This record gives sequence, structure tokens and C-alpha cells, in this order.
Amino acid sequence: KDMPMETSPRELTQNPLRKIWMPYKNGLPEKHISQRKVCMTNCPTLIVMVGLPARGKTYISKKLTRYLNWIGVPTKEFNVGQYRRECLKIYKNFEFFRPDNEEGLKIRRQCALSALNDVRQYLCMEGGQVAVFDATNTTRERRDTITRFAEQNGFKVFFVESVCEDPDVIAENIVQVKLGSPDYIDCNTEEAVADFMKRIKCYENSYQPLDEGLDRELSYIKIMDVGRRYLVNRVLDHIQSRIVYYLMNIHITPRSIYLCRHGESDLNVRGRIGGDSGLTSRGKEYAKSLGHFIQEQNIKDLKVWTSQMKRTIQTAEALAVPYEQWKALNEIDAGVCEEMMYEEIQEHFPLEFALRDQDKYRYRYPKGESYEDLVQRLEPVIMELERQENVLVICHQAVMRCLLAYFLDKSAEELPYLKCPLHTVLKLTPVAYGCKVESIFLNVEAVNTHRDKPENVDISRPTEEALLTVPAHQ
Amino acid sequence: SMSSEQNELTQTPLLKIWVPWVHSTLSRRRGSSVPQFTNSPTVIVMVGLPARGKTYISKKLARYLNWIGVNTAVFNLGQYRREAVQTYKNYEFFRPDNEEAMKIRRNCASNALTDIGAYFTKEQGQVAVFDATNTTRERRGLILSFAKEKGYKVFFVESVCDDPDIIEQNIMQVKLSSPDYENCDKEEALEDFLKRIECYKMTYVPLDEEKDRHLSYIKIFNVGSRYLVNRVQDHIQSRIVYYLMNIHVTPRSIYLSRHGESDLNLLGRIGGDSGLSTRGQMYASALAAFVQSQSIRDLKVWTSHMKRTIQTAEALGVPYEQWKALNEIDAGMCEEMTYEEIQDHHPEEFALRDQDKYRYRYPKGESYEDMVHRLEPVIMELERQENVLVICHQAVMRCLLAYFLDKSADELPYLRCPLHTVLKLTPVAYGCKVESIFLNVQAVNTHREKPPNVDINRKTEDALQTVPEHV
Repeated sequence: KDMPMETSPRELTQNPLRKIWMPYKNGLPEKHISQRKVCMTNCPTLIVMVGLPARGKTYISKKLTRYLNWIGVPTKEFNVGQYRRECLKIYKNFEFFRPDNEEGLKIRRQCALSALNDVRQYLCMEGGQVAVFDATNTTRERRDTITRFAEQNGFKVFFVESVCEDPDVIAENIVQVKLGSPDYIDCNTEEAVADFMKRIKCYENSYQPLDEGLDRELSYIKIMDVGRRYLVNRVLDHIQSRIVYYLMNIHITPRSIYLCRHGESDLNVRGRIGGDSGLTSRGKEYAKSLGHFIQEQNIKDLKVWTSQMKRTIQTAEALAVPYEQWKALNEIDAGVCEEMMYEEIQEHFPLEFALRDQDKYRYRYPKGESYEDLVQRLEPVIMELERQENVLVICHQAVMRCLLAYFLDKSAEELPYLKCPLHTVLKLTPVAYGCKVESIFLNVEAVNTHRDKPENVDISRPTEEALLTVPAHQ
Repeated sequence: SMSSEQNELTQTPLLKIWVPWVHSTLSRRRGSSVPQFTNSPTVIVMVGLPARGKTYISKKLARYLNWIGVNTAVFNLGQYRREAVQTYKNYEFFRPDNEEAMKIRRNCASNALTDIGAYFTKEQGQVAVFDATNTTRERRGLILSFAKEKGYKVFFVESVCDDPDIIEQNIMQVKLSSPDYENCDKEEALEDFLKRIECYKMTYVPLDEEKDRHLSYIKIFNVGSRYLVNRVQDHIQSRIVYYLMNIHVTPRSIYLSRHGESDLNLLGRIGGDSGLSTRGQMYASALAAFVQSQSIRDLKVWTSHMKRTIQTAEALGVPYEQWKALNEIDAGMCEEMTYEEIQDHHPEEFALRDQDKYRYRYPKGESYEDMVHRLEPVIMELERQENVLVICHQAVMRCLLAYFLDKSADELPYLRCPLHTVLKLTPVAYGCKVESIFLNVQAVNTHREKPPNVDINRKTEDALQTVPEHV
């Protein structure tokens, strides 16, 4: 096949927002060839959960969806149980799930098909890249239907099966997430548990787990006993490899993650961004208070992480415990704007300042980074946080926003405006399908460094409007 | 006890790491700036019949771990045996009823374990790969006891393969050229080796899902189509599993090249984001012609986010992916300076860099060591891929090359990666074949050798002795 050969390369222009070099013709950017997106798979992927009720399928679906969206892969979960609840309005009892309940089977089948329809819509027309189909999918017949559906639409299929026979884990599961389900709104605990156990029984007889022999051509991961053992078969591409790695690193052992910024720094009080300054006296006071706070919390085997910048390390030093320095936790690199005040940025780079307000997530500082870049460099930190148990992360404003967005499932639009004030610890504790957040202000005053999005983000806006939301400083 | 005193911090001049300013030498530094992969040494124990890829995996894994900064060594039992039994006669040595040989083989295993202990305690080793068949429960039990006694973690890597084609391919690639078969012809060697495998088969007890459920291991089936992973204990084991699940043995080539000569290259200035010079553009065209002539199947092209690599890729007329991780080393305060200017303004920095070029971090910039960490996902994806052309930069290319050619941290920053030269890397046997192809377009030399005098008090002429010529 003849490859078009250019005698001289196309002219390049740098996209003003993301600072990406792209070819242009007649003054306009040409359709651009790919900028590295993490998903690199050439077709959408359908992740199919498999397993009896109370095996953690929804937990995994939601967590995986959250992770993939955070790293930039548009992902959505489709919970068939929800479709059933919309169809059926009122759940009476387990009898609905009896394998001989013809009416029930019909409704359940319709719900599954309806969900698959929405999957197709999402992946083909709404720009979705991964869809997580959260249902029991315990029969080979059901899985064959899904596989055919995927083939017809050009989707890759990856099965995630959760197998668990530990009665304690299952009971804990039911207590944590089933009792609060809309299905059991009017039941007491005993009734709900008894009914749910009977529900599981309805599935058990027809359950055909993924089989090493019969299903050897499928791509899947079988998770056994909440992660003690995994069977991984035929990983086809990059995204499936990343999914497997993620699933193998998460755990459900109770723990808490503490996020906070360094103590107030010299550049903070002067309203300057970036740099590598030390703590003010208030910042040092905060560090001491943090030390007291940590002691009071009596945390088992707490790991402490900092960036490699002076201010986080000074803060950690006051705790008098071992800590690890991560370069990946360094604050966002503001490039040519390092150590400037917002007033100076507006004065020297008004266009840049406006572009940043237009799309703060994707905006890259000249010779610096964007929030989008930050997320990529923080991914190994998140992966290690998933592996660990109790951790205190002493970091920076933009970094903390990225980490918080991961735990609280915040969108790219919300992320750069999350409030992460100085001298405030956020204690995150996983609970049910999400994360409980406790905000603890350690009672040492500090300057405010949070700049809200101003109303006028036009590149030709007057200076006062650009600086409207700049917090007060020296 | 809580110290109320706030230690002053100072920044180490080489690594630019903030550490407490301590007057007392007794004070231990609390802040580790090195990632804590694991808190105790780890023994990776290979398991599997001969010709199942154990040595291939051992060497590749060690190369990867060393590159990311985990001190790793391979202990190949076959080598111990060759040293003990100078001449290999034939497969009969491996017969399970050969008492004499069994004794020798047991001694070898014992010696290897002793050496592993020494590697951990005296050579700062972190991971040891015990490359042997380890096919009996008894032998594995021996290793587990040894490890338990010393406080080492154990992670088994078992390779199971029943595809006769793969096994034969294996034998052809690496066994026939073994010292054991120096004086045999191919037919003889193959026949003998197959009999050798039979000797092991009789006593082979694979890792068992039930009986070995308390062990940490990965079982690799048929070169990676399936994996069974049990009880991953810590970070390093998790990384090892991820790595093993991403590598493959499909034949392919990786092409490494720098961007075409840039305007800043001509001026002898480092870093920056300049465009191609005229000769650089000529190189881009030559590269396009070269790629076409190679007729590479499904070639992927990767560039950095910097103008000069993208301009180079544009000339190829094919789709390409931009990776920020492939950007050139950030020279921080020295960006766009000439070496003469760096010597003029930051003579101490310039000297420190010559003292330890791998670990030296530019003020507000990066070190080679930092770059290796940021390139790790690139390497991981290169392992997954097949034919790839990476258009990058001098320091970046040195890091990637060091990974493929197993170069040490000391050699890495001085690897030769001249402009306008493509390096074609093709995996072969246990390593990598390198072909260097100069595309016949002249370019400035940007390689600066380590000067003899690296003292911070050296004279300017000594410092600038090895600076390559420029405009």
C-alpha cells in the first residue's frame, strides 16, 4: 500500500490551551493525530461482571469505573438490578428470583436487554470507551448472549468473575450494602438477611462459573476469595492489562487515608504560586498540631508520604516518624509562572490566565504542567494507596485536588476547584460503595489560597474581572 | 517520644533532596527518598521443566528490576553445575537414580543459596532470582526453610507449557548453543535434551492450588495465555506480576531514534523546544524512506510532546502517538544554556553532574534517575507492543537503550546516541541484537564525555575539555 511521502514536514502550531504541537494548514489546525490517551484500544470494551449475589460485583464495578474515569477513560456502569427496580417498582421477596418463576425470568431478561441497549448507545453514540455490565451473568447462556451482542457491535469483551465461599465475607457484604438497598427499605435486619440468603440460593443451582477448559478462548479474570488468588486468561490489550493490574491491587481491609497539605509556606502568605519555600511560623505550628493529631488518632502502622519539596518535608519532620518522599507528589509545575502572583500572571500573560480559567483541567502552563498531566503522574501514587492500609499523604493544593477527585469520584470539571484549604486534614474512610470524608481543621490560622473561577473568562476581559476571585495576601 | 524541635532542612547538592540539617552523625535520616518496594529481601524461585523459558524470564525480570532501581541478581543453577562438573557427557547425569549426580546437584543448590544469602547481606541485593527447575516439593521446601530462617520473602514463578512446538523452538534458540552441547551436532543435542526433560518429568510436582495455597506465586501457562496468581504479598511482587503479564515472545523489532537535528542542537544549547534545522528536516525525510524500505508490519510510531520529535514524525506521513513521558530531561535552571554558560554561572553544579551523572538532578529540574521512573510506563507498553519506532531525545534514548541492553546506572548517561542514527533492537535468545543505521545526513555531535577532572575546584578549561563543537 502506498504511503504518502511528504517532502517537507507539515508546519506545526502549538495549541494554546494544552501546549500540544499539532500540524496546521492555511492557518487552521489539521485533524490531529493521537495525543497519548491512556486507553489505547482500538474499539470499545464491555466489561462483564460474573458472580452470585453478594460477591462484590457492584463494589468492583463502581470502583473500576471510578478509576478508569479518573485516568481519562470514559466509563459507565450499567447495573441490571436498577433496571429491574425501575421495571418492577416494588420488590416483594426472593420468590421473584426463583428459577421457575416464568414471569420473573421474562422481566429479568428484558431488563438485561434494555441495559445492553443503553450500553450500545453509550459506547457507540455517547463517546463511551468502557461499559461495565453489572449483573450476575451466572449462566453460560446469558454470557453467550452478551458475547454475541458485543461481536455484532464490534466491542471487546472482558469478564470479571468474583468467586467467594467464605460465609463471613458474604455476611459482611450483605450487612454493608444489601440491607440499605431499596429492595429492603421496609424490612428489619433479620428479615432482609433471611430473604437475601434465599435469593442467593435461587442462583446457585444454575451457576456455571467460567471454566478453564470450556471458556479458554474468552478474556477474563477470576477473582477468588476477595483477592487471595486470581486466574487471568487471554488479556488482549492495554486497557485490559491495566484493569487486571488495578483489580489485583485493591483490597477491602478497613483503613483510612489522611490527606493534607504542607503547613502554610512563605510563598503562600505572599500570594505566590509554586516554588520551593519553607514554612512560616504558623506553618510550623500546624506541623506540630498535625503531630499531636496523628498521635491522638492512634493509627495502626501509619505510613507517611510527602513530596520532595521543602514544605511538605518540613511538615513531616515535625511528626518524628519515618516518612517516604515521592517526587510524583510534587506540586503542579507552573512553568514560566512559577513563583508569580496571580496579579503578575495577569500582567505578563493575560491570555494564559484567561485560557486557564476557560479550562482549568486541561490548561498546561507554558513549560509546565496541566491538571491532566498531574493525574497521569499521580497514577502510581493512587495504585500504591490502593495497596496500602493507613496512610497520611502530606502534599500540595493541586495534587490534593487530584487525589481527592479520585476518592470522591469528582469529574474533570469539578476537580480543579475542589476546596483543599491549608491546615485542614481530610480523613477518607471507605464505606459501602463510596468514601466517608471527615474534615478536621487543626485550629491554626492560615492564608486562603483557593481561587474560584471568575465569571468573565474571556481573553479580552479587563484586569479587575480577571483578578476578581484572587484571595487576599500580603 | 515527640520532638518539639523543628529541624532545619538542607538540600543535598547532588540529588536536590531536602534532608534535616544534622550536626550529630548519630542522627538517622527519617525521610527516605527512595521508594520502599519491600521491607525484606525477596527470593524469586523459578519452577518448571527444562526449556520452559525459566532462564529467559529470570534474565528479563532481573534486567527490568535493576533498571527500575531494585538491585537484582540471577543465580543459575546450571552454571553452578557446569563449574562443579567441568565436562557434560549426556542426559544420564540427570537420571533420578544417579546417586552421584544427585549429590553434586544438591551441593550446587546449597552453594547457590549461600551465595544468595551473601548477595543480600554483603552486596545490598534486594531481589535474588533462583533460576533452576525446582520441580520437586522437597527442593522447594528446602528453599522455603532457608528463606524463613533468614527472614527473606519467597515468590515462585512457575512456567508450564505443553506445546511441543514452543518447546522445540526454545531448545533451538538457546539450548543448542549451550556450553553443554559445544561438540555436538544439532540432531544429537536435540535428542539428548529431550531425554533430559524426560528425567525431570518423572519427579515433577507442579505448584498445587490446594497444597500450596499458602505460598505466593504466579503460574504462567503456555507463554502467557493464562496466569494463576496466588497471595501477592507486597509492592515488588505486584510489580513483578504486572511485568510478567505484559511481556511476550512474539518476534518484533523496536526502533529508537532521536529527533532530527534541531536549531538549539546547532547552537550547542541543551533542552528547550526548538524546531528542526534544515539538516534535521532532511533526516526526517530520510527516516521516512528508511521506514518504508524496512516494510515493517503494523508499525506504531511514538514521539514526545516536543516540537522537534513531532516535526520528525510528521515527515513519515503515518499516524503517531505523543507521549509526554518521552520528553527530554528537564534541565531546570540550565534549560537552553550552553555548557560554557553552565560552567560560567553554575560551576559547582557542572562539576557535581560530572561526579555522578546518573543521580545528579538539575536545580528545579530532573536527573536520569527521575527519568527512569517516568519512562517506566513507556517500557511497560513497549513490552506489550510489537513493532514500534520511538522518536525521542538523547537522555531519553539513553535510558531506554540501557533497559534493552542491560546497562548499569554508571554507563547509562554516557551511552552513545548520536543524531540521525536509528538503532534497531531485535530480541534474540536471552538478549537483544542491535543494529545501528546512520541515515547519511550530517549532524552536529551532542555527546559530551566525562572529563578527567570532576573536582568542584577545577579550572574552566578542564571542565569544558570534552564539550563538543558547536556554532
